[in-house]
Amino acid sequence: MTGKALVKLLDENGLRTDGRKLNEIRPIKIQVGLLKNADGSAYIELGRNKIIVAVYGPREAHPRHVVIPDRAIVRCRYHMAPFSVEERKSPGFSRREIELSKVIREALEPAIFIEEFPRTAIDIFIEVLEADGGTRTASITAASVALADAGIPLRDLVAAVAVGKIEGELAIDLNGLEDQYGEGDMPVAMMPSLGQITLLQADGRFSGEEFEKGLKMAIEAIKKIYKIQKEALKRKYIEISKEVLEGE
Amino acid sequence: MYSILELSTEVESMTVYVKSKQVVIPGEPLAYGRYEYQGPIYVVRQKLYSKVIGIVEIEDKKKITLIPLKGKYMPKEGDVVIGKIVDIGITGWTVDINSPYKAMLPVSEVLSRPTDAAKLDLSKLLDIGDLIVAKILAFEYTRDPLLTIKESKLGKITKGTLVEITPVKIPRVIGKKGSMINLIKNTLNVEVVIGKNGRILVVGDDPLKEAWAVMAIKKIEKEAHVPGLTNRIKKFLNEVKRGR
Repeated sequence: MTGKALVKLLDENGLRTDGRKLNEIRPIKIQVGLLKNADGSAYIELGRNKIIVAVYGPREAHPRHVVIPDRAIVRCRYHMAPFSVEERKSPGFSRREIELSKVIREALEPAIFIEEFPRTAIDIFIEVLEADGGTRTASITAASVALADAGIPLRDLVAAVAVGKIEGELAIDLNGLEDQYGEGDMPVAMMPSLGQITLLQADGRFSGEEFEKGLKMAIEAIKKIYKIQKEALKRKYIEISKEVLEGE
Repeated sequence: MYSILELSTEVESMTVYVKSKQVVIPGEPLAYGRYEYQGPIYVVRQKLYSKVIGIVEIEDKKKITLIPLKGKYMPKEGDVVIGKIVDIGITGWTVDINSPYKAMLPVSEVLSRPTDAAKLDLSKLLDIGDLIVAKILAFEYTRDPLLTIKESKLGKITKGTLVEITPVKIPRVIGKKGSMINLIKNTLNVEVVIGKNGRILVVGDDPLKEAWAVMAIKKIEKEAHVPGLTNRIKKFLNEVKRGR
């Protein structure tokens, strides 16, 4: 692809197709603990993305041959609902979904104290209900909240965002259109309070300078997302406190 | 993993970043310096971080305790647990103890006399679905936990009501030196057996009293992180008793 995009992604005021500035993330809403069967769960809305995550475990690992004697195995299933995109998606697992399952698992695993639960399994189920670009990063953000809600010991929450290039300019948190017609996409996941990166991918072309600037933008955005994750997790308990104290 | 934060340049010697009784989340820094600590906390370069969602308690400005709000039961030697028989084998039973590991109860830990397990019909002693109060005899991570019911106060459960709560909140149900559980026991005149795995058995002469005790325990679970718990439970118990 050349520098000229097929679709106009930036208007004359430098605003994007959804009216955002280049360094503006989409509005995020996170809800915690809405599934009763799961040990932990989270629901995230990032712009038009809607994703639900359920976490089970640590629990007995089946089949027996997958068991690791000195730590837990982490299994992750990323799946898109057939109605999540405009044209019906076949409900089976595509190559892309299998790959994303692995990528998301590897972004989350460094945060989990897997060595505390030998011979067990931690299962993460990610269901994309509606997709509009950046589902992998939103999935990671929601999955780490669900893991924390399950009471699984973590080094830190993992927050993620993608930075990309549209019409030669760096832009944070690409939407579906920008992802499709932009010149590059670089998802970043990190543990913000430890300052450690757990996922860094990139497609398209970035110069060294662009890469460094992009990473800085991503880290800024991740800090904002981290704040929302924190609030979502604490909200549940603070609400109970309020309810109880008001009742007195 | 690649660290992009500059190496710790903090000069402060001992600092606490949180207030006592505050709700914290995984990765939240709790303190910096040589503090004593207890609970799911990990330390990187003298900085204490929380591993889970929990409540911090700071004692005398030197000890930091983190009480988790959710979590699975991990078996520990000597713990009394309430289990459910899920399978009968040739030499013993498999027991669900509400933990990631299934427990084993061999025949030799049920009967005191030496017996030939092959000749015995194990389902006559304990059948699938039976509930037992048992003690964890041994557990290391390479093998499944081993149970015994040979000591006094252990054995098959025949009466009472069972409640299940998050195992990490069991210490709150017990209270400081058993204050909370004694409060329930004495006010309602019921017997309570606490399994460390989050299962609690309430035995009383009146089903209504059992139900009240269950309600009180559920209330403790829900409001464990809100200060003033003992007083609220006291009030609750007196109210139900008077309302009779």
